[in-house]
Formats: sequence, structure tokens, C-alpha cells
Amino acid sequence: MSGDHILTVDRLMMRFGGIVAVNELSFAAERRKITALIGPNGAGKTTVFNCITGFYRPSGGAIRLAHDDGRTIQLERLNDFRISKQAKVARTFQNIRLFPGMTALENLMVAQHNALMRASGLTVLGLLGLPSWREAERRAIDLARAWLDRVGLLDRADDAAGNLPYGDQRRLEIARAMCTEPALLCLDEPAAGLNARESGGLNELLLSIRNEQGTSILLIEHDMSVVMEISDHVVVMDYGVKIAEGTPQAVRDDPKVIAAYLGADEEEAIAVMESGT
Amino acid sequence: MSATSARPSHAAQPSGGAFILKKALISALVALVLFSLMIGVRTEAGPQGGLIYWTRFGDLAALVATVFGGSIIVELLRQWWGPIDKDSLVPKPVQSAMSFAGRWLAPALLVFAFLVPVIFYDQRYILDLSILVLTYVMLGWGLNVVVGLAGLLDLGYVAFYAVGAYSYALLATNFGLSFWVCLPLAGILAAFWGVLLGFPVLRLRGDYLAIVTLAFGEIIRLVIINWQSLTGGPNGVSGIPRPTMFGIPLDNSDSGLAARLGIEFSPTHRLVFLFYLILAMALLTNWVTIRLRRLPIGRAWEALREDEVACRALGINTTTTKLTAFATGAMFGGFAGAFFATRQGFISPESFTFQESALVLAIVVLGGMGSQLGVALSALTMIGGFELFRGFDQYRMLVFGIAMVLLMIWRPRGLIGHRAPTVFLERNQAISSDLVKEGHG
Amino acid sequence: MDYFAQQLINGLVLGSIYGLIAIGYTMVYGIVGMINFAHGDIFMIGGFIALISFLVLVSLGLTAIPLILLIVLLVSMAITALYGWTIERIAYRPLRHSFRLAPMLSAIGMSFVLTNFSQVSQGARVKPVPPIITGGYTLHEGSQGFAVQLSNIQIMVVLATIVVLALFTWLVSRTRLGRDMRACEQDQTMAALLGVDVDRTISMTFVIGAALAAVAGMMYLLYYGLVDFFMGFVAGIKAFTAAVLGGIGSLPGAMLGGLAIGLIETFWSAYFSVEYKDVAAFSILIVVLIFMPTGLLGRPEVEKV
Repeated sequence: MSGDHILTVDRLMMRFGGIVAVNELSFAAERRKITALIGPNGAGKTTVFNCITGFYRPSGGAIRLAHDDGRTIQLERLNDFRISKQAKVARTFQNIRLFPGMTALENLMVAQHNALMRASGLTVLGLLGLPSWREAERRAIDLARAWLDRVGLLDRADDAAGNLPYGDQRRLEIARAMCTEPALLCLDEPAAGLNARESGGLNELLLSIRNEQGTSILLIEHDMSVVMEISDHVVVMDYGVKIAEGTPQAVRDDPKVIAAYLGADEEEAIAVMESGT
Repeated sequence: MSATSARPSHAAQPSGGAFILKKALISALVALVLFSLMIGVRTEAGPQGGLIYWTRFGDLAALVATVFGGSIIVELLRQWWGPIDKDSLVPKPVQSAMSFAGRWLAPALLVFAFLVPVIFYDQRYILDLSILVLTYVMLGWGLNVVVGLAGLLDLGYVAFYAVGAYSYALLATNFGLSFWVCLPLAGILAAFWGVLLGFPVLRLRGDYLAIVTLAFGEIIRLVIINWQSLTGGPNGVSGIPRPTMFGIPLDNSDSGLAARLGIEFSPTHRLVFLFYLILAMALLTNWVTIRLRRLPIGRAWEALREDEVACRALGINTTTTKLTAFATGAMFGGFAGAFFATRQGFISPESFTFQESALVLAIVVLGGMGSQLGVALSALTMIGGFELFRGFDQYRMLVFGIAMVLLMIWRPRGLIGHRAPTVFLERNQAISSDLVKEGHG
Repeated sequence: MDYFAQQLINGLVLGSIYGLIAIGYTMVYGIVGMINFAHGDIFMIGGFIALISFLVLVSLGLTAIPLILLIVLLVSMAITALYGWTIERIAYRPLRHSFRLAPMLSAIGMSFVLTNFSQVSQGARVKPVPPIITGGYTLHEGSQGFAVQLSNIQIMVVLATIVVLALFTWLVSRTRLGRDMRACEQDQTMAALLGVDVDRTISMTFVIGAALAAVAGMMYLLYYGLVDFFMGFVAGIKAFTAAVLGGIGSLPGAMLGGLAIGLIETFWSAYFSVEYKDVAAFSILIVVLIFMPTGLLGRPEVEKV
């Protein structure tokens, strides 16, 4: 597997006290492709995510992000909000983290914070209500409206995010992440808790984000039907190390993967083997 | 509201005379023990310096009897009303009437506020009280930015009020600067202190932030008390110049406003001027806050209150966002402080105690966090209610404390319990306060 | 050196009193997650009840000082504990599952109530008592005529603190109640499912915290020889500062923080200026929190993403 990598994780280490959660993990995600990170519970997937998105500072290793314009950013040196602001990496959370007391539309407006801050002249121009600010705000609302339409929530735009059904909240969180106009979108178990129909809709949404926006996607997922159906590349982790990677087909037939899932949880292993067939 | 709406789970609650009596007896017994020494025995430093005491068993008996009777009444009322259901506490027609009134309440209040000096021109007392209420409205709106919008718990807000007041007082008495020059300076200095405190401590969360702000408020007060050469210590600063109407003094002199207009001088002129001054300042605070809420910075404040982690994932610099909220709130506090100094003509550290911070915080929380109208209403209720007990000076704070407890139990989320969205596509619908978070910073 | 040793003794005595109050803050915070603003006033009430019961006992003709002190201690602990229980019942329990700020404001209101209740019922003037426990030891005679003194009352305060703390530690670590308390601290819902009476446990927490504050109140009365209605506020803020400094929620932390605040205050008064002793205590709190955001012994907050 060669090609144009947007994200390269190189010998990533993460220790918590004496526990090694991620051990010398290396993998790469291709540009404009969907890469899935799978593995049994406790394999360290979310830890990898938190390292990539700046919530944890890795104990060792490097995470490189190569932008379309040729800029390369060392993610392990950035932290906190800068990952999203400067490196253009957006993420969603395993247990949805919307702003429940704000409307769906407001959630998407908050996501455009940095662009709007510039447009409002760090609040000064906005406070005076200059036309240039009004124009920028109108465009931001249009972008938010477009994304609400994409995820099928246009008619719930003025409802509080906390009042939306679970599946809608998942999609709204993805829309919110997309409103930051990311180069890489990291999704932490986007299909968790969705029913079959909703998860089918999610697949279409993710494929369309890849195809139309050209956004690269990295996702953690337990739902194997999602992984098998939409991933271009799959990385399998167990106990903090990579045990396999390749196309969905190749990974599914890999005995090490089956063993890892069998060892961890029989049902999941069966799900791996049966899905996609 | 009615007993018929009682749910099965509540129906199992014991009732009947014996139960009520037992409960009342227990309450009375508890009261007897609690008050036995504190009420039953009165101590006082005697003439020779030693302690003397006398008993007040009559008072004790009366109090215990009151608790006994009160307990019975409360229990009877509770059974008569049935279980208290938050939704049915206010009947539906009243609720809809209230929401209708709510739409017109704010404009009506505003019109009324403008007319106060006209209606009550001859009543100095009411004018004075209105100025006081408006000062607290302004303080409440200022703190609302920090607590209500950004969800940061600030227990030392009075520090910024003090910084504003002393800035004006010292600049005016030492350098002869006018109120209009000092007003922005007071705001800037207060904001500067806000940033100075905020920068190191804003990464603290929840109650740690609360205690640090409280400590900061105390530090400012103690420094004011002890730095006598600058601040005059406990004696305060007196002779603070009164504000002028853009250079024209409002006094009895030949160059005063009354003389220039050729009307008879009256001290009420100044009062009316002060009234409109604080009204304008409060309305400016309100306007700026409403404006800010619709700007990215204001939305970021509210998002921060809702979920800080998500904010960071969206590329929002939480530190500067918190700092701006802190500084904005501090600035409004500083403005209000400068006004306070010019109105009183005299300030001392006594005006800037923790009680003051607690009062302003109570106004914000009782108002319904984040609601501008709610804050105005609760300032009116609290300060106005407080004034009702002017005659019973001794019992004033006692009643105030009891009222605070009862109000919190009655409406933990404040008078106005919903949030208005800052932007909408089709419908501008309020968001129930049950969904709105209150922050943990 | 002698001067230093003397200040060390004074600081430890003051710190013991702060520590006893701080435990009440930290216990309540650990279980209910709220700042019990009225706790400082509970301490003040404890001081008043000790004063009044002492006065009554003396006028009833009791002369044996140790017996009087024992009765005073028990009476003030019992009645003050009932204050703690009642306050929780009236002002906090209805707000148990409410929003975070509501119980806090209710507590601030309760603090006003207690302060002004004792002002109204006992008057605003400071209540002095003659020294009850006198005498002491000279530990070291300095060359410049300065002697290190250890008074009997200081010994008593420290001893009482140690005894009370030992009892308290036994209560929390060895009894069923202590286990229930620790369970509620971890997870109230789970504790309730496992048969712990959560309401009763929380009530008992307030009762124990108030009893400890009563001990502190009595020690304060004996040590300083006065009480007044406003002393709860300052002592309360200091003790709360101590609890936070030590790491709120941590019982040894509260005692450690109390001692730290007592020492800071004493040494600052001795070597720099009395006027700025509180400023020093609060400033050190701020500085410590900047570098150790959860206090000295607090558990670091793990951010779950």
C-alpha cells in the first residue's frame, strides 16, 4: 500500500503510569479514503484517537498530517484546540458531545467559530454591525443550512440539540465537525446505538463526504457492516499494537484478527466473519 | 395542583392526623433543642467585663410553639395540595397568560423605568431606591456574562466593583480627573484585573475556581483596608466629586445647571440625572450583552458552558474565550463601581464585602441563568424586598437569608427558566432550562 | 530560633482548629459535591453553645473544671450536630438532585440566616470569657530573655484534635457508617442499589461534620477567650481555603491544609505583617492551585473524552 497519505502515525506510544495503552503503533491513512481502526474492546483505539486529536500528548512517536497544499504538520506537537484550528482535524465523540442547550443551527454556528471570529474583526466589527460581518454571518448560516440539509435535519434546525433523537444527534455531530471544514475527519464509533436503517444512512453520508467534499475519514467502529461496506483500508489493533491491516476483505480473512476477536469476544468474531457475506 | 393528580407512588405516603401530629411534635422537639441555649439563655458582657446571662424561657416557648403550629399548617397544606408537581404548580391558563405577559413585560418595564423620575419626582426615597435597584441590575447583567453565559462561577465579583469605585475615587480626588474620563478608565482597570486574575486561574474547574475568585475578592478588600496611604483604609475615601452633565455641575452655584437654565435649584435634579445615568449605563450593558450573544464570541461562551471538551475539538481557544468573558464581566462591574462612587461621594471597604458578591450572584441565579429579563426582575425583587424590611434592621439579613433559601427551593433554575436561541431559521422557540447546562468552570 | 519555635507552636494550634473545621467542608464536598457555606457558621454556633452551656453550668454551682469541660464539649457537640442535621434537612435535601448552583446559594442563604440568628438572639457584641485553662510550661529560656512557652490550653487543643481525629478516622475506616459514607462518595446510585441508606448517610455526614466544628468552636473559645457572631465567616473561609489547599474531598488533606494555613498565617504575622496575614493565606492558596490544580493531596482529575 503506497500512495498519498494524509495521516502517518509513526511508532506511537502512549503510557498511563505503568500501563502501555498504545505500543509502537504505526499506520497511515490515505487521502480522500476512509480508513477504519478496529479491534476488540480495550485495544486502545480511542487512545489513538485522543492522541491524534490533541486530547492526549503521546509518550512517544510521531503523528504527521500532510495537507493538500504540501504543508506537513506534526500533530504530536500541537495540542488542544490548535489541532482543529491549525491542522484542520475534526472529531466526534463516542458518547455524543453536542451543546444540548443550543439549537441544531447554533451548534453548527459554534463550529464555524474561528472563521466567524476573523470575519467579526475579533468581535469589534461585529459589535458595530458592519455590512462585511453581516455578509459573513449570512454565509455561515447558509453553510450550516446546507449541512443540516445533508444530514436530513433541516426541519429540526431550531430545536435544541438535546431534544433530538439519538440517531439525529449522531448525524448532527458529524455535520458540526464538517462545519469546521476539516481535512481529516475522525469519527469515534459513529454507528454505535444506531439501528440498521440509520446505520445504512450513515454509510451513505460518510461516502458522500468522502466523494463530494474530498475529506479523508478515519473511523473507529464496532459495527462490522459499516466497516466492511465503506472502508477503503482497515487497521486492526489488539492490546495496543497493530495486528493486521489491509483491505476489508483481507483483514476479514486474517486468522490473527479472527483469533483476536475470538479471544476477546466470540460474538464479535462471528460478526467479523459473517459480515459482508 | 389538585389531589386528583396524585400519582400512585405518592398516594402511598402516610397521612392522617396522627402522622401530622407526630411530625409536628418531632419538629417542635428539634426546635426546642436547637433554640434551648441560643434563645433560652441570653448572654452579654457585664459591666465589670465578665459575662452575665439571663433566661428567656417565654421567648423559647413561643418559638417552639410557632414551629409546632407552623409544621402542622405546612403539612396540612402539603396534603391538601397533593404532591408538588413542578409542571402543575402553575396552572396552564396562568402559564399562557404569563408567557403573553412575558412578551410585553420587558418593553413595559423599560417604559416604566424611563418614566420613574417623572412619576416619582417628589419622592426622593423612591428615586434613591430606583437608582440602587438599577445599580444592582447592572451588576447582575455584568456578572451574568460570566456566570450565566460562560458558566464560570465567580464568587468575588465585588472585587471588580471595588476596583472600579476606587479607581474613580482615587483618580478624581488625587488628579482631579472628571467622571467622564474616569468611567472608561475604571472599566478598563477592572477588566485588566479580571485578566490578571483570570489568566492563571481559569484553567481551574468548578469549585476550585469559585474559591479562588472568593479569595481574590477578599484579597482586594483586605488590601484596600490595609493600604492606608493610598486608600484611606477603613475610613475610606470621601469628597468624591459628583458627576457633571458634560462639564456643567448640578449644584447650587452660578455655573450650575439650574442657574444656566434659569430655573430654581433643587437637589432632585442631581438625583434625576443620576437615575438616567445609571439607566443608560445598565441599558448599554444589556445592549452589548445581547449583541455579544449573537457574535461568535458570545456563542463560544455559551458553548463553553455546555461542553468545554467539544469546544476544544472545534478549535475554540477556551482560555481566551474564558478570559474575554471574565474581562467583560469585570469591566461592567468596574463601570458600576465608578457610578457607585460618584453617587455616594464616599466609599469605604465596608461596601465591598463577600455579602455583596453573594447578593449579586443570587440575583443572577434567581433571575434564571443567562436571562437578561430575569436578572432585572430578580434585582427588583431582591433589592425591593430587602427595602421592605428597612424598619426591622436587625431582622433584615435574617429574613433575606431565609428568603434566599426558600426561593432556591421553590425555583432552583430561577424565575425565567428558558433560554432564547441566538439565531434561527424558521421558528424562534425558547429552549427549556432542563437542557441547558450550567457549566463546571 | 526560639522565636521560630514559638511561632511553630502557635501555628500548629491555630492550624488544628482550622483543620477540624476543614474536615466538615471536605466531607460534605466529598459526598454531596457542594460547598457547605454555612459550615463556618456552624463552627460559630458551636462556640456560642459552648459559651452558654459553660456559663449555665458554672452558675449551677459546678466547680470541677474537667467535668465542666467534658459536659460542655458533649452538649455543644450534640446541639451543634443537630444544627447540621436540620440545615441539611431544610435547605439542602430538597435541592439534592438539582442544579449545582442552587444548593450553593441555598447554603449562602443559610449562612446569612445563622450569622444573623445569633446576632439577633445573642447580640452583636463580642462575648469574652475569662481564661479557664491557665498555666503552661517554659520549654526553653532564650538568651535575650525570650522564652518558648507552651501553655496548657495549647496542649489541650492539640490533644483534643488528635483524639477527635483518631475517633473520626476509626469511624470512617472501620465502621459500617464509614463504609456507607465512602460508598456514597463513590457512587450514590450504586450505593443505594446495594442497600445503603443514602439519605441517612448524608445526614450523618452533616452531623459528624457539625460535631467536629463544635469541637473547633469550643477550642477557639478556650484558646482566644471570646466568641462573636461574625467569627464564622472568616474562620469558615479560611477553613474552606484549607480544605481546597489540601485537596477537597481528601480527609488527611483537610487536616494538612488546616495546619498549612495556620502556619502560614502565624509565620506571616510574626515575620512580615499582621495586617496582611489573610492576604498571604489566600495568595498562597491561589499560587498552590495554579501549580497543583487539585490541591496538595487531591486526586488528579482525569478528563474522560
